[in-house]
Amino acid sequence: MATTDHGVSSPTRARIDARTLRQDRWWLSPLTTFVVFSAFVVYATVRAFMGRDYYASPYLSPFYSPCLGDCVEGASDFGQPFAWWPLSAALIILIFPLGFRMTCYYYRKAYYRAFWLSPPACGVAEPHGSYSGETRFPLILQNLHRWFWYAAVLVGLVLTFDTVLAFRPMPAEYAVGDGETSGIHMGLGTLLMIVNIVFIWLYTLSCHSCRHIVGGRLRHFSKHPVRYRLWTWVSRLNESHGKWAWYSLFSVAIVDLYIFLLATHTIQDVRFF
Amino acid sequence: MAYDLKMRVWRGDAEGGELTDYTVEVSEGEVVLDALHRLQATQTGDLAIRWNCKAGKCGSCSAEINGRPRLLCMTRLSDFEPSETITVTPMRTFPVIRDLVTDVSFNYEKARELPYAELGPRDADGKRRMMQVDVERGQEFRKCIECYLCQDVCHVVRDHEDNKQHFAGPRFFIRYAELDMHPLDTHDRRKLAQDAAGLGMCNITKCCTEVCPEGIHITDNGIIPMKERVVDRKYDPLVWLGNKIGLRSKDDEGRTEV
Repeated sequence: MATTDHGVSSPTRARIDARTLRQDRWWLSPLTTFVVFSAFVVYATVRAFMGRDYYASPYLSPFYSPCLGDCVEGASDFGQPFAWWPLSAALIILIFPLGFRMTCYYYRKAYYRAFWLSPPACGVAEPHGSYSGETRFPLILQNLHRWFWYAAVLVGLVLTFDTVLAFRPMPAEYAVGDGETSGIHMGLGTLLMIVNIVFIWLYTLSCHSCRHIVGGRLRHFSKHPVRYRLWTWVSRLNESHGKWAWYSLFSVAIVDLYIFLLATHTIQDVRFF
Repeated sequence: MAYDLKMRVWRGDAEGGELTDYTVEVSEGEVVLDALHRLQATQTGDLAIRWNCKAGKCGSCSAEINGRPRLLCMTRLSDFEPSETITVTPMRTFPVIRDLVTDVSFNYEKARELPYAELGPRDADGKRRMMQVDVERGQEFRKCIECYLCQDVCHVVRDHEDNKQHFAGPRFFIRYAELDMHPLDTHDRRKLAQDAAGLGMCNITKCCTEVCPEGIHITDNGIIPMKERVVDRKYDPLVWLGNKIGLRSKDDEGRTEV
């Protein structure tokens, strides 16, 4: 029940006690978001702090890429400038994709609804007594989204590089038959990494800040035909930004889980050639 | 095929009111407004409803049906089970006048705070020219019928009466966006949008887009681009640096901050 003098129960408004008259299952969507995002956060936190089982040659987990800390042999394709870092190497790099997703316009909608109930659903009164939106610290930092986008492009390039490297020959211990450790290889891990990088790029390039930067900021499309064309492409991707956000969330977790299972010798890579 | 529809309609005024049960005969193909009109004609001659075109173009018959902001004339009865009770209330964000009629003057006050387009000088032949591709983008926002369902559903004012003073609402954010994207306008409204209109209060939960009967992408095409333009002006160190060293963005040339 709403309070007597607040929000939809303010004195001048129609006197209706219920905080919503919606009869559909409006709670299902925020609840689903809450459960899935929470599960991802728990999984990602555990994996990020583990500091091991992130590399099963030739696969490197996206949570640890680029591996700039004191990483296992073969995992650091970009050197180890943070070799002195005492904690998990994932913590050095994860701030960038994490910041990108936390400030993402889609994720903001999703977690404001599911976690902060502001509002839980359209036409359903929120429980908070006051509201200042994104005008104050810390939420004013949401305006940094485009800076995280720049970083996310770099991370995307690194993950693309990792995906190419996923075609490398498997180490000798995985060899089956004669001489399979030479030449290129493709396994289920390679396939998962390809799917993941496709979703990562779809998510990154469909970003609202990307849309603004490539052409949205212009007032005269007619003077910038190339940027206008790019803007139309990004706009088309942008319509499904939320979908790419979900798909890439799952794909990145699945790739990491697969590599974890390989690294712990729980399973063996399914090899296609 | 006619059937008896069970309805709950909010009856009352600013002093108080309640949901009242009715049963009214309706026919296949009718909309909620038809049912209310029959109710008015047969049982409750004093039921107050604001309506006009019955075609979803005048934006008059905004109300809430089963708790969702919708146009009465565009909500088909066939969307509901014949046995279902349909609950109709006035918009819950605005002061109620009587029954389903609310006082939406808040929106007109906000409209007055928004400076209209100030066009630059004409071309030498006395004409003004705009390229089609430059005006297309703002056309989407011109579809707005000012039904104010987006304003009604926006939790910033729906759930916080005190925010009304500092928050223009989604309808006016797309107006800001439309003018900011105008190829000939000479006003720079970014500061105004952030400060006076309270753009930063919006947390982009997209309910305005969900309820828009015209299908305008209010959030993705209006509010977020406007937020990004505010970021250009205030939160982008590269733009700031460019301004300091004389590499001004040409996008804003000829525009004056209002």
